[in-house]
Amino acid sequence: MTAQDLALLTPEIVLAVYSIAALLGAVYTAKDALAPQITWATAAVFVGLAAWIATRGPGAEEAFGGLVVVDGFSRFAKAALLLSAAAVLAISQDYMTRRGLLRFEYPLLVALSVVGMMVMVSAGDLMSLYLGLELQSLALYVLAAFRRDSAKSTEAGLKYFILGALSSGLLLYGASLVYGYAGTTLFTGIFAAAGDGRAEIGLLIGLVLVASGLAFKVSAVPFHMWTPDVYEGAPTPVTAFLSTAPKIAAMALFARVLHDAFGGVVADWQQVVAVLALLSMFVGSIAAIGQTNIKRLMAYSSIAHMGYALMGLAAGTAFGVQAMLVYLAIYVAMSVGTFAFILSMERGGAPVVEIGALRMYARHQPGRAMAMLVLLFSLAGVPPFLGFFAKLYVLRAAYEGGLIWLAVGGVLASVIGAYYYLRIVYFMYFGEERGEPVEAGGGVVLWGALMASAAVMLVGIVNLFGIEGAAAAAATALVR
Amino acid sequence: MDNLLSIVTFTPAIAAAILAVFLRGDDEAARNNARWLALIATTATFLVSLFILFQFDPADTGFQMVEEAEWIFGLTYKVGVDGISVLFVLLTTFIMPLTIAASWHVTERVKEYMIAFLVLETLMIGVFVALDLVLFYLFFEAGLIPMFLIIGIWGGKERIYAAFKFFLYTFLGSVLMLVAMVAMYVDAGTTDIAALLRHQFASETLDLWGLQIIGGAQTLMFLAFFASFAVKMPMWPVHTWLPDAHVQAPTAGSVVLAAILLKMGGYGFLRFSLPMFPVGADVIAPLILWLSAIAVVYTSLVALAQEDMKKLIAYSSVAHMGFVTMGIFAANQQGLDGAIFQMISHGFISGALFLCVGVIYDRMHTREIEAYGGLVNRMPAYAAVFMLFTMANVGLPGTSGFIGEFLTMMGAFQVNTWVTAVAATGVILSAAYALWLYRRVVLGDLIKASLKSISDMDRREKAIFAPFVVMTLLLGVYPALVTDIIGPSVAALVEGYDTALAQHDAASMVAAAEEAAQ
Repeated sequence: MTAQDLALLTPEIVLAVYSIAALLGAVYTAKDALAPQITWATAAVFVGLAAWIATRGPGAEEAFGGLVVVDGFSRFAKAALLLSAAAVLAISQDYMTRRGLLRFEYPLLVALSVVGMMVMVSAGDLMSLYLGLELQSLALYVLAAFRRDSAKSTEAGLKYFILGALSSGLLLYGASLVYGYAGTTLFTGIFAAAGDGRAEIGLLIGLVLVASGLAFKVSAVPFHMWTPDVYEGAPTPVTAFLSTAPKIAAMALFARVLHDAFGGVVADWQQVVAVLALLSMFVGSIAAIGQTNIKRLMAYSSIAHMGYALMGLAAGTAFGVQAMLVYLAIYVAMSVGTFAFILSMERGGAPVVEIGALRMYARHQPGRAMAMLVLLFSLAGVPPFLGFFAKLYVLRAAYEGGLIWLAVGGVLASVIGAYYYLRIVYFMYFGEERGEPVEAGGGVVLWGALMASAAVMLVGIVNLFGIEGAAAAAATALVR
Repeated sequence: MDNLLSIVTFTPAIAAAILAVFLRGDDEAARNNARWLALIATTATFLVSLFILFQFDPADTGFQMVEEAEWIFGLTYKVGVDGISVLFVLLTTFIMPLTIAASWHVTERVKEYMIAFLVLETLMIGVFVALDLVLFYLFFEAGLIPMFLIIGIWGGKERIYAAFKFFLYTFLGSVLMLVAMVAMYVDAGTTDIAALLRHQFASETLDLWGLQIIGGAQTLMFLAFFASFAVKMPMWPVHTWLPDAHVQAPTAGSVVLAAILLKMGGYGFLRFSLPMFPVGADVIAPLILWLSAIAVVYTSLVALAQEDMKKLIAYSSVAHMGFVTMGIFAANQQGLDGAIFQMISHGFISGALFLCVGVIYDRMHTREIEAYGGLVNRMPAYAAVFMLFTMANVGLPGTSGFIGEFLTMMGAFQVNTWVTAVAATGVILSAAYALWLYRRVVLGDLIKASLKSISDMDRREKAIFAPFVVMTLLLGVYPALVTDIIGPSVAALVEGYDTALAQHDAASMVAAAEEAAQ
């Protein structure tokens, strides 16, 4: 362990030390009274670290004998997940405070899970992969059950924990098989052992098991069953968090394992990922149609979106990875705005999650309704919004990767998916007024996040805010 | 002016943004401001768009007034017009101020209404000027959003069903086109339409899961584009969204739908399907010709049985679009000239007919044919205007409707006599339903008590109809106004099409000979 190794891990170390220090500080001083300040401070630390990481020079470096890899790919993923985590903290503070949920552990649990995610996307070895994954997951289990006195929230946490443990088991078993056949846990070593063309059958089984475990984390069908229940039961800010940063981390890890460790045997995993993508797109789109709870709907929506991101990954090319990263960045930007909207839905101070309650929302809140309209069409992938370009990217990646059937399946699923997004538009704009209207709570932060997100969807089509080039650099760093 | 096309395209959108950001309140003054701003913006757009016509050189068959800029994702922002698209731009800018003026009586959510129409205008012009594949798709698809809202918010009783059907039907058609566009991008390495027009897509017979596909990739891409444009057009049997959408949409929405949105399908055929996939088009053309003939006869018969005026005109639109597809896939000078002429003329005639329905709907709030009768007694001016457009719809010589139908049939006759013969019976049927409609609504004695106090058109309404009357008659007696502009471009299109087919035939002959030699 040299100073150089540690220097490379500076952001992770800073964040971990900050988390522990803040935790101890809060315990020994004012406890929950400090929670809002800690929330904002954590968000500020996230933003600062993201800026620091984003301005690091190009090039790849390794630490601890290859356990940790810091390259363009991990920098892109880290910056994206830090920023999205900061955005989620910003939109959750007011909601949590007013519901009496904002305890000082909340931002710090988020911070700890972000440390885990950062380790995940930098993993260069099956051990560091597992370490990061578990740190992230454990923090998320607790966050899902954060509303301790609510049966639903507790159930969500427990369900998430049990199924998450199962998937971790799958992943570990796969990792042990990979280790057994490759003789090493280092990705570079596995890459050499797998060779070009076809991998050994044992290695292959290991690969499939690892992929299953990761598919669980990105909630790809058929490993998606936990998603709707956890999304519904968890407090809404936690749901917002679950659908943003962990998705980036898990998808990035997925891409890293498949390309860094198994990049020589693309043909072996391409079909698996393509089927995961196709199933996710269709199941996510079809199952969302019947939902009446907007959080459950967003759960299925996120399943479908992960299907599209996997479509990029399935292409098995550098462009595919680039498409996946761009898709994730755009998806997260849309999600933050959508959840800012959901967080602002309330009636007499109590949160509302029924879609039907949005009847004629546009008459009472024309500005917010317009912003949400933009986000919904963007989520549905209708031009001219950014969501369309995200889909165009992955479509092209899949087509170039020779997966024409997947591209056709993807666009057909997007038509089905359009229906349930339009249903929300229908409630907001066309429905008849029934019962008390939904109020828009949550103050200026939620309003700002919603408007900013909608504006990004529209203005972003001018130049994508330069993430295209960054994603391209990240992808070439990963795929050799 | 170097940015003329961009200025014309985005002026309405800028006006919409001003409305959205600055206009507050929902009192009568605010509503009037919204109306006037929309009217001024659309009129200004029309006036500026006239400069396009002045600058346009019909002899040049390439793209003119081209603007190009770098964009994301290897795409370009590229716009320009040629003889095929320039008149559609003008048709759009011409119709829009009139629809705004026809919406003066809308009182519900006026600001949003005007924003929707202004945004829609930008997107429609964009479709016709876009010279980048993805830019075209962007405008083409984005137009669904304002139209979805227009039908859903300001529509009739069944508006929600109609809005969803409209959106999902056309969206489903278009996504397949998107896949084909990605395929074109990957194959040709560019999304520039001008470059794609020069690119030759593979046309060797493909073997797909044991299925021999004549024309190969071209046929597949053609079918993918066909899925989108046939729905948009709409062609029988994928036309069923149109009557619903037309009936439920507010009057101005119906006008825009009939006059402009339907033309996007025909324009797409002319811009992409025919010149880019000539071999595929040649393979599928016989089928399309027959579908067109069936559309003309079948939808005319359906129109005969309608009790709702708007539905009747909607079916008659489908029939007239049948002539357009027939002309396009005859793929000769007369057919294509006729198809474009028919689209332009149908824009004026169907738009005016929907406005005619709107006039009496505003007074009586019903579109049932049964509810009317003998209107001529109280509304002489209305009866005259309605008469003119009914005759134009039938295709009476002297009106623009005649030229389009005659030319398309002349073109198709050279290719397939039977199709033309069947389609020609549609002309008789269209006379039957149109004249019968006119008799039931306008002629006869005024018996119904509810109609006793109906008033004739006021000055605003007459002013709206005047431009339509002028254009219909002008194009009817002097069609060279249109054909002079589109002629050279159409000739170039036909020539390119024939050359490509000849090359393909020669290539396949060589291939067959080589095979035989082995």
